[in-house]
Order: sequence, then structure tokens, then C-alpha cells
Amino acid sequence: MKKFGAWFQKQNMYLLVGLLMTGLAVVLGILSFFWTPYGTTTMSVAERFHAPSLRHLFGTDNFGRDIFSRVMQGIGTTVIVSSLIVLISASAGILIGAVTGYFGGILDEVIMRITDAVNAFPSILLALVVISILGSGKQNVVLSLGIVFTPSYVRIVRSEFIRLRDSDFVCRARLMGVSKLRILFIHILPNIWSVFWVSVTIGFNNAILAESGMSYLGIGVQPPDASLGKMLSDAQGYLGRAPWYALAPGLTIVWIVLGFSLLSEGVRRKEEKKK
Amino acid sequence: MKYLVKKIVTLIMTLFLVSVLAFLAFQIIPGDVVTSILGTEATPEREEALRKELGLDQPPVVRYVRWAGNVLKGDFGESYRYSKNMNQMMPVAELIGDKLPVTLLLAALSMLIIIVIAIPLGVFWARSKSKILDVSLNMGTQTAMAIPSFFLGVLVTYLFGFVLKWFAPGSYVSFRDDLWGCIRYLIFPAISVAIPKIAMTARFLRNSMLTERSSDYVRTAFSKGASERRVSYVHVLRNAMMPVVTFLGMIIAEIVAGSIVVEQVFSLPGIGKLLISSISTRDFPVVEILILYITFVVIFVYFLVDILYRVIDPRISSK
Amino acid sequence: MKKFSITLMALLLVAALGGCAGGKSSEDKSSASASTVETQGNGTTQDQTPAVDPKYGGKVVVGVQQDIDSLDPHKATAAGTKEILFNIFEGLLKVNENGSLICAVASDYSVSEDGLTYTFTLRDNVKFHNGKNVTAEDVKYSLERASGLLDGTVLVSSLQTLKSVDIVDEHTVQVTTGSANLELIYSFTTAIIPAGSGEAEGSNPIGTGPFSFVSYKPQEGLVVKKNPDYWQEGLPYLDEVNFKVVSGADAALLELKGHSIDLYSYLTDSQAAELANDYQIIAAPSDALQALFLNNKVAPFDNVKVRQAVCYAMDRDLANEFVTGGDGTIISAAMLPTLKDYYVDLNDVYGTGANVEKAKQLLAEAGYPNGVEFSVIVPSNYEAHVQTAEVLADQMKAAGINMSIELVDWNTWLEDVYRQGRAYQASICAITCDMTPSYLMVRFQTGHKKNFINFASSAYDEAYKKAEASMDLQEKAKYYKEAQKIFVDEAGTAFIQDPPITIALNKNLSGYKFYPIYVQDMSTVYYNNK
Repeated sequence: MKKFGAWFQKQNMYLLVGLLMTGLAVVLGILSFFWTPYGTTTMSVAERFHAPSLRHLFGTDNFGRDIFSRVMQGIGTTVIVSSLIVLISASAGILIGAVTGYFGGILDEVIMRITDAVNAFPSILLALVVISILGSGKQNVVLSLGIVFTPSYVRIVRSEFIRLRDSDFVCRARLMGVSKLRILFIHILPNIWSVFWVSVTIGFNNAILAESGMSYLGIGVQPPDASLGKMLSDAQGYLGRAPWYALAPGLTIVWIVLGFSLLSEGVRRKEEKKK
Repeated sequence: MKYLVKKIVTLIMTLFLVSVLAFLAFQIIPGDVVTSILGTEATPEREEALRKELGLDQPPVVRYVRWAGNVLKGDFGESYRYSKNMNQMMPVAELIGDKLPVTLLLAALSMLIIIVIAIPLGVFWARSKSKILDVSLNMGTQTAMAIPSFFLGVLVTYLFGFVLKWFAPGSYVSFRDDLWGCIRYLIFPAISVAIPKIAMTARFLRNSMLTERSSDYVRTAFSKGASERRVSYVHVLRNAMMPVVTFLGMIIAEIVAGSIVVEQVFSLPGIGKLLISSISTRDFPVVEILILYITFVVIFVYFLVDILYRVIDPRISSK
Repeated sequence: MKKFSITLMALLLVAALGGCAGGKSSEDKSSASASTVETQGNGTTQDQTPAVDPKYGGKVVVGVQQDIDSLDPHKATAAGTKEILFNIFEGLLKVNENGSLICAVASDYSVSEDGLTYTFTLRDNVKFHNGKNVTAEDVKYSLERASGLLDGTVLVSSLQTLKSVDIVDEHTVQVTTGSANLELIYSFTTAIIPAGSGEAEGSNPIGTGPFSFVSYKPQEGLVVKKNPDYWQEGLPYLDEVNFKVVSGADAALLELKGHSIDLYSYLTDSQAAELANDYQIIAAPSDALQALFLNNKVAPFDNVKVRQAVCYAMDRDLANEFVTGGDGTIISAAMLPTLKDYYVDLNDVYGTGANVEKAKQLLAEAGYPNGVEFSVIVPSNYEAHVQTAEVLADQMKAAGINMSIELVDWNTWLEDVYRQGRAYQASICAITCDMTPSYLMVRFQTGHKKNFINFASSAYDEAYKKAEASMDLQEKAKYYKEAQKIFVDEAGTAFIQDPPITIALNKNLSGYKFYPIYVQDMSTVYYNNK
């Protein structure tokens, strides 16, 4: 038994398992754009509430739709939406965090207070505001959650820039007359990647959970497009009759989030080993 | 002292900004509170009268200033939506005061569960030498952290409510009527709140203990011949607990600020549920005060944590 | 099952034209005693359980969907509040399960020949919950307060034509109105409250209903207890009723499964199936009209052919089967099938199934040979509408109609669809109905305030006006039918069905009655065993 544990540790199974889990999810999600076993909105009175079987891997729902096909589509939506959310919030975070961290002063103070406020503001209300200005739909979920998550990146980037702005290599560059823009993004930025990537993987998970949470509350992805959160909330009404309907999207979310957590743990361990 | 003053000033500024944001949000989101109250069949005269009564005929700036002035005087206003009786609306302070105990009780129970399980688990984990145990605990806690709160609520309801029938979903009784019955019901939402936090706390404690173990004073203690047990419990745990306590503080802040989803799933009449329903009925005075309350709790606890750190570790300078 | 009765309309006409006979006919019904309650409704009461001796006492928890908006019966406007306050307050008259008016606080009434003066005789010994007898003073105060005569604010809009309320003697009150209106009599169901209560003793809502107020907590609900002095002998049976606010259909289902609610209405078909073993499940028409509302002013629905194409393409049978288990009643125009005198079956015009060929042909004629795309706004808190939208969206694709769904919360829906905005393309929702045919039809006149679909047809306006003005039942019906026909030919909007209302009731309870209006009458409910 002990041997197995040691072997497990050596192999960095976290990375491997994490890659496998996320890989499978991403492949299924991308595949769903081209092919699903059944139509994701095809309804059938005769096929309602079929339990999982070889024909319908995850069973069917209250409209007789194939849950596996819908879960596939849901993964696709979730992966794309969360990637975009991370992209937006992380880029905005770098931009704002770099400027405020490096220059400090009154601008820093003002922006920090605003990010504090946004941070403390109930994210549901914030999302509701953005959605009601722009209307609902995938792209607006991306935008509103992008805004909601920006402050967390601002914080991390800013503190890193504060740490590095007085370091020797930055001072030297400044003395040499390197432009501020260049110092910010060519000199300092590459030095914060290691810290930054960890927060990106965490942010990815938060984005997945937030997107499914919003869809669960009915303000996210709109039906008939499948989304894991909305499926779960629809399924709640049929817990006694068709527990698989709730379990399929629920466990899928757990699967994806867990996959990403293991992946980031694996990456962290790999980095540690290198050192 | 200077640090303290600065922190308090930032706290007030953040609260002000949050209140402005909430106010603006209500200007933007569609939906008219008058229609929300009167329905679609009311006469235009009544709508007009109500608009006037609520002061909604005034320009936004005037309304905000008036509202802020009242809040500073300690008058939190009255709900648009909930009436106390036939001719008076419910004061917001009273409404929130009524819901707060539920949320606080839930927070206390969740905290109890977290501490009772997470701390022994973390210590056990840190002391265990078995790799296989380490891997399974790691996987287990990762999984617990990966379950979204709404799914966890559904799972707990399904498992304990339908399959095991340990409690009847939705049978919440007010603590005023039956404190014991209330606590017995709250255990299940508390479990839903606690599971991911137990995982987080246990991981945090373990890492904290492992860091402490490799520090100089522990090695010194071992070299002096102290037993493994004594080192673990007396030296390491005491020091490793400090960051854990502050971590727990942040968790408390999170729960006290209202567990929106859990309160929704378990039909608990707490702060989180009040916030959701007040947003959907456009009950501005209630939402505004709730948001201020939530902001205050979160910032204040972080502030306390910050101070605690300073007290424990004087090396942190006030930058 | 739930009948909007012809009795009511007949009653209205008699009352307006002939005098006091109306009061008499309703008196017969109000004398229904406890022992005849079970059988009297013939089909309107639950009929699963054989008649058992009613047992007195017990508590019941009723799950309600919305929180209460006001404890003031004159100020409350939400249907969800009125359904509860029905148990606490009563008017001079009240509605029974057949939709007929019966006497409550009044024992008799008559209407003058010109229709301008109503004389009410008060019932002896009707007591408020505070123990005091109801006097003519209280009636005068209540009607004046509701109609705006007291302080200028009209609280009950249908009473705003009242000119004066006069006390003739201790037991008689005379009401005069500015204009004769057949439907005014219905407004005398307005609650009677103690004189001066609006200002002074408001902390505790006091009425004359079968139950009296105990407590109210926002978001939790309202508790009422038995009124031992209730004027209807033998009623109510229960000691206490708790109207508990449930946060949503999903939460309601959980609570039902946990047996913490005894009664819950408005279940979806599949939820009902989920509960079939543990509860009595009772279904009846909800008397609401569900439709895919099309905004006649906005493209593509400014073109009548596109509207017709949607009507042809829509598979209403399928929606009925999926969402309401086939229990709904398919309808095509703004008239409830239960309003038999006025209803005309126009389902054949477009057929109840999908007619893809015809839809495609019409779209091509309208200049959309490749189909149309539009977005439908659906209030997210109504599960049945959301599900209907999903079914229609999928099924209409075959006809080249691509409908994207946008879920919004209720207040946003009101703002975007119902109120000023009205820039939406289409929406799925239901109009709940009143007791009168005009309630539904009036709103589709050109430029009417409530005409949120912007339907415009001078032929319809003309037919409606004739129907409204007519004092003859047959003639009235003829014009109403004509207006419906015009509306359907113009495809003003794509009506779907009168969805069923499905109720889960504790197996030990009996005596529950369906009403054609939105109320929960708990006075006749009782425990049937132990």
C-alpha cells in the first residue's frame, strides 16, 4: 500500500488525473458544437423520464430530451463562457492592477475604493444590473461576470506590482530611462506570472461556479440552450421521480471543477519540484 | 493609531460608494416599484398618489441625499413592500432585526460543525504519515470544495430529507416558537454550508502545521527530546492555529453576510432570502440597507483580522 | 368544474332592470348550511372522498406563492393577497364557488329601476372579530373609504362612480352612483371594516370573515384562527390556518414532500405526478388565458400574415400535453370557455395542431420565404410559461419560425411588456380573468390602456362597443362573439389554452372548494378522520 502511495506521489498523478478529467470535459464540450447523440432540443412525449440506459446514457428529462446530449452542450457553453470571463477579468485586472500598483497615489486610492465596493457588492445584484442594461444572453453573462471578477485580479496584480516597483531591476531600468509602459509590461509583468497563473486557475473554477449559479437562478444562459446550472434548477422539481436529471448536470459541474483543481494542484507541485 | 483612523476612513468611504452604487443600480434596473406594489389594475391616480407618498416624484439626487441624511440620523426608513399593519409599513430596521437571528443562528451552527470536524481532521492529516491517506484526504477535500452550493443543498435535501427522512424539507419553525426544533432543522442547511468550508479549513490547518513543523523551534524541541505528541499539540498546533483562526473569521463574515443559495433551497427566512425577494420586488429601502449591512460585515471582519495579525505578528508594519 | 355561472350574469341583469328579486335569489344560496356544503357545489367541491362527518378543529398550513402586499383589504391589489384576505374580510355581498353573488354582511338588497340607487339591508348580528356588531356606520365608512368619498383617494377603482353612501336606518344603507352599470353590483364585495379603523386600530386587521387575524411575518406568512362568531352557522371547521409563503415551485415541492404544507395550488403537471401517492391531486380550469402574445406594432408581427403563420405553426396540443398533461382547454380568443353564453369555439380557424405547410406559405406571402426570427420574453417565475416557450420554440422550427427565449423577472416583464415600454416582439404569459366578459375583451380595443399587444381593428372596436352598450343578453352575446371572430381572423395574438390549476391537498382533508376567482376559501375545509 505504501509503495503505491509513493509511486502515486512520484508520478504527479494530480496533474495526470486533472488533465484527464478536464480533457474529457473539454473534448465533450467542443464535440457538442459539431455532434451530439441526439438533438439537444428534440422533444418526445413517448420518451419522457427514461432512466439512464445504453440508449440514453444519462436518461431523459421532462420533455423527453436526451440528458447526455444536453450535458455535452452545457459543458461546451460553460467552458466557453468561463474562458471568456477569465480572459476579460484577468486582462482588466492586469491593466488596472499594474497601473494602480506601480503609480500609486490618488488614482490608486480611488480605484481601490471602487474595487472594494464592487467586491463587497452582492454579485447577484451586480449581475442583474448589467444584464438589465444589456439584456440577457451568453455574451452578457460573460460581460457581467467579467466585471464581477475583475477586482480579485486587480488585488493580486496590484500587490505584486507594489512589491516589485522598488526592486533593484526596476530601479535600474528607470535610471536607464526605459519608458513607463515598457517597465510595466516588459520588465515587471513576466515576473508575476507564477502568482498570476495560480489565481487564473482558481478564477476559472469561480467562473464556472458563478456561471452555473446564475443560470441556476434563471438569469444566465437562456433556454432552450442547455446550461448545467439551468438544468439543475429545472431538475429540482423532479428529484423524487427522476433523480438522474439533477445528478447528471450536478455531478458534471463537480467533475469539471474538480478537474481544474487537481490540474492546478498538479501544476503547483511541478513548479515546487523544479525549485 | 494613525493606521486605525485611516482604516476607519476607508471603511466609511467604501460604505458610501456601495450605497451610491446600490442607488444607481436601482435607477437602472427595469421595473417600477409602484406597479410592483399596486399591480397592473390600479387607477393612475392611485399610482400617482403612491409615487408621491414614497417620494419617487423627486429627482434622484434629492432622493439620495434625503435617504443618506436619514440613515446618518439612524432612521433606516420603511419597506415599500411589507406592511406592519393596516396603516403602517414595516420599518427596515425591524424587518432586518427579525431576519438576522436566523442567519446568525445558521452561522453559529455552521461554525460549530466546521470547528468540531475540521480541526481534528487537519491535525490528524498533518500528523499522518500514510501516503495513501494523504492522497485520499486530498482528493476528498478537493471534491468537497468542487460542489457548488446549490447542488450541495439539493443533495443534502435529497439524502437526509427524502432517502433517510431525518428531517422534513421546508418544516422550518421559528426559534421564537420552538428553539430546539429550529436548531434541529438548521443543522441540515448548516451541513450544506459547512462541507466545503470544512475541506478548506482542514487543508489550511494541515499546510499551516506542516510549515510550522519544519521551522527551527520545532526542530529544537525535537532535539531536546520532546515527544512527537507533545510537539504536535503544544508547539505546532498553537502556532499553526493563528492563521487558521483568521481564516475562520473570514468564513464567519461570509456566512453572516447571508447564505443566499442555502437559505433559498431550505426556505430559511434569513438575510439572504430577504435580499433576493427584495430585489425582485424592487423594495429599494430594504435592499439598500441590506447591502450596506453585508458590506459592513465583510469589511469589518477583514479589518479585525488585519488587526489580529498585527497583534500576533508585530513584524507586519503599517504600510 | 369551476363554472362561471350564467347565474351571475342573469343576476346582474335582473338586479339592474328589475329590482330586488336578485337579492332574493342569492339569499337562497347563502343559507346553505354546513350539512349541504359538500353536495351543493355539484362538482365544484373535491369529490374524491365520500362524504364523511366533518370533524371540527385542527390546523392547516396552506402554501402561497407570493408574500402579502398589504393587510388593508382596500389597498391590497395582488391576487395572491386577495386570495388570503378572502378568509378574513367580507363585503356586503360575496362570491360563492359557482361564481354567483351571495349575501354576506347584507341580508338583502335591491336596485332602483334606473340602476342608480342600491339599497342594502344589513344582516342581524354579524360581528367583527373584535366582538362588536356591524352597524350601518361601519358600512358607510368602508364604502366611502374604498370609493374615495372619504378623502379623495380611490382605493377600489370600480367603486369610483359612487356619489354618496347614506344611512337610512340602523339596518339599511343606500348607495347612489353617478352612472348605471350592469357590473357595479360585483364591487359590493368590497370588505366591510370597523368605522374609523383605517386610522386608529390598524395594528390588527379586523373583518367579519370566517377567520380572524392572528399574526403576520413578512416572508413567512400569515396566521388566522377560527372566528367563533361567524354568521354562517357551523363554519368554519378548522381552528387555525397558516398561510405560509413558499419561495418558489421547487421549494414548494420539497415542502410538500416533507409534509410541511397541507395544501398547495398551482402545481405543474409533472410536480403533481410526483406527489400523486402522498396527496389528493385535484385539477380544474384555472380560468386564465395563456397566449403567445404578439406585439402588433413591431416587426415581424405588424404583418397579419406572419401572425397567422404563427397561429398555424403552433402545436397547441403538444404544449398542452407536455406542460399540463393534456388537462388544459385549448382556446383561440379572449373569452373563457366557462363563460358559455359568450364563448364561441374558434379553434378550427387555425387548428389545434401544427399546420406547417400553411404557415410556410403565409410566411412566404408575407415576404419571409426563409422564415422569421423573433425573441419571446417570458417571466421566469412562471414555470409553466417557460416550459410552454421551450416546447413551442422547438416545435415551430419546422415551419421556419425561430423563437429565441428571454427569461426576465416579473417586474422587468411588467416594465418591458405591460407598461410604457412595449417594445417587445412576443411574450408568453396568461391573463387572469375577472367574472365579467368585458374584463377580457375591453383591453383589445384600439389604443386602450391595457392593450399591450397594440391590436388595432376598427371592426373589433365597433363590435365590442355594441356588446358593451347592449342591455339584452342575447344581443350582447352576439356582438361579443362577433368581436372574438374578428380578433381570431386578424390573429391579434396566438392564444394557447386555459391551463388547469392543479392542487395538492392533504389526504385527510375534505370540503375544499374551487372558485372561479382567485381565492382560497378555507371555511369549508375539514379533517375527515381521527
